Amino acid sequence: MPAVTVERLTKRYGKKHALSGVSLTIEPGEMVALIGASGSGKSTLIRHVAGLERGTGEPCRIEVFGRRLQERGRLSREARSIRRDVGVVFQQFNLVGRLPVMTNVLVGALGRIPGWRGTLGWFSDAEKGTAVRALTRVGIAETARQRSSTLSGGQQQRAAIARALVQGAKLLLADEPIASLDPASAKRVMEILVEICRHDGITVMVSLHQVEYARRYCPRTIALRDGVVAYDGPSSALTPAFLRELYGEASEQLILPEGDFVDLPAARPARPQRAEPALATV
Amino acid sequence: MNHTAPTAADVPLPPRDWSRTLFNFVVWGGLALALAWSFAPAEIYRAVNLFTDAGNMAEYASGFLRPNFKDIDYYIEEMILTVQIAVWGTTLAVAASVPLGILSSNNITPWWVYQPVRRLMDAFRAINELVFAVLFVVAVGLGPFAGVMALFIHTTGVLAKLFSEAVEAIDPRPVEGIRATGASKLQEIVYGVVPQVLPLWLSFSLYRFESNVRSATVLGLVGAGGIGQVMFESIRGFYYSETAAILIVVVITVTIVDLMSQQLRKLVL
Repeated sequence: MPAVTVERLTKRYGKKHALSGVSLTIEPGEMVALIGASGSGKSTLIRHVAGLERGTGEPCRIEVFGRRLQERGRLSREARSIRRDVGVVFQQFNLVGRLPVMTNVLVGALGRIPGWRGTLGWFSDAEKGTAVRALTRVGIAETARQRSSTLSGGQQQRAAIARALVQGAKLLLADEPIASLDPASAKRVMEILVEICRHDGITVMVSLHQVEYARRYCPRTIALRDGVVAYDGPSSALTPAFLRELYGEASEQLILPEGDFVDLPAARPARPQRAEPALATV
Repeated sequence: MNHTAPTAADVPLPPRDWSRTLFNFVVWGGLALALAWSFAPAEIYRAVNLFTDAGNMAEYASGFLRPNFKDIDYYIEEMILTVQIAVWGTTLAVAASVPLGILSSNNITPWWVYQPVRRLMDAFRAINELVFAVLFVVAVGLGPFAGVMALFIHTTGVLAKLFSEAVEAIDPRPVEGIRATGASKLQEIVYGVVPQVLPLWLSFSLYRFESNVRSATVLGLVGAGGIGQVMFESIRGFYYSETAAILIVVVITVTIVDLMSQQLRKLVL
């Protein structure tokens, strides 16, 4: 039974096609990267699998662990109970800034405990223990009592991952989790994602802006272009030449400008030098 | 670098925006027309009487120059009762405004919920406290409880609107983060919405408490208890010295309440 099945997913905003007939299957325990230029539909796809958006009414279907999440643009009755099994990590972390980190992480337990207890905020010692263990795993246990708005971006993203861990998610969807982070924090977050995939067997689907991260951390990559799956296969095949073929001019924004990754093949496209004369006149 | 600074000729002035000019003309012209139209009905021409009949005013005001503090204990007692009316009226209104404010927010509820709730709140707000006080005096009899109810209903109308405006301005992303964990709609509000709006809600509530202390001082005019009742009786009996003493007690109390509430609001924001 696959972890995620997407069949002919189409999404239109007005006349614009955000996704057109996307089909894919992800097996349990996989770590899959989703790449593509801005506006290629990565976030839209992830938000559909998370059940936060509904496809446009054509015959399209999304199943998560064999349970129907949405079909023909309608969320199924099970949508809320499926969401419990799906952790989502967002580009802007989506923590509640004024609440302590601990509460933000305990929110992950809401789907599993009796509704009245969650609503009143009565978490048991066992649940608090789970939250502290999750925070320790991502390495920010010392921040538990701080307001989450006081944390750095990298720490906030790790708190968001801890929330997904407390949730006991079997599938983790990460929507550009490192796009607003500095390189060191980005690396740390990607390593944590790899670790929870390997150690806990959690299926991870992560959208990335830069293909280097996909090549380094994810065995499989799905590349989107204008809302269509343009490539689905091993990440190792994504050479700069292949990306240029796939995306043309747009491939430039998928490749890191700085040499953060020493194991890159030498054959990188020469980057245009336009920016420099403009700088000199300032 | 043979880069020269741009001269005035290089940078043409952007063309004048005539629609903007016209708009300004209409707005200011409209205001002038409204003032001219209201001049006679509002009897503004009688402003000269302020100077020609200044003697009458001085004579009347001189009655207030010797405040009589003989019954100060009674005044303070009634003033405290007035503040107590405001405390209960505001607290009940805050409690009711939390659910009603959330129900009238268009990012939380569908239109067929928020439209009726908003219209009901409009009605609560549109009717003055004094009018409600008259109604409640008829319903529950003369006394402070009628005043509490009057403040409660009117303030609910005001606070529910302010609360819902705060809710409509929240950042939706944290709420989505909560929803993604499989939380219920109520839990989304408790964990995602309320923490974001709480400082504003507290600030609005404190501000309304200030206003309600001021409003409560006149509720006594219609028999709804407190210092207003005492004040009205002494005005009607031409006891100028006593009225002056009461007014001083009111001004001091309102100032103290305003200062304290301002300090508290600074703390929560």
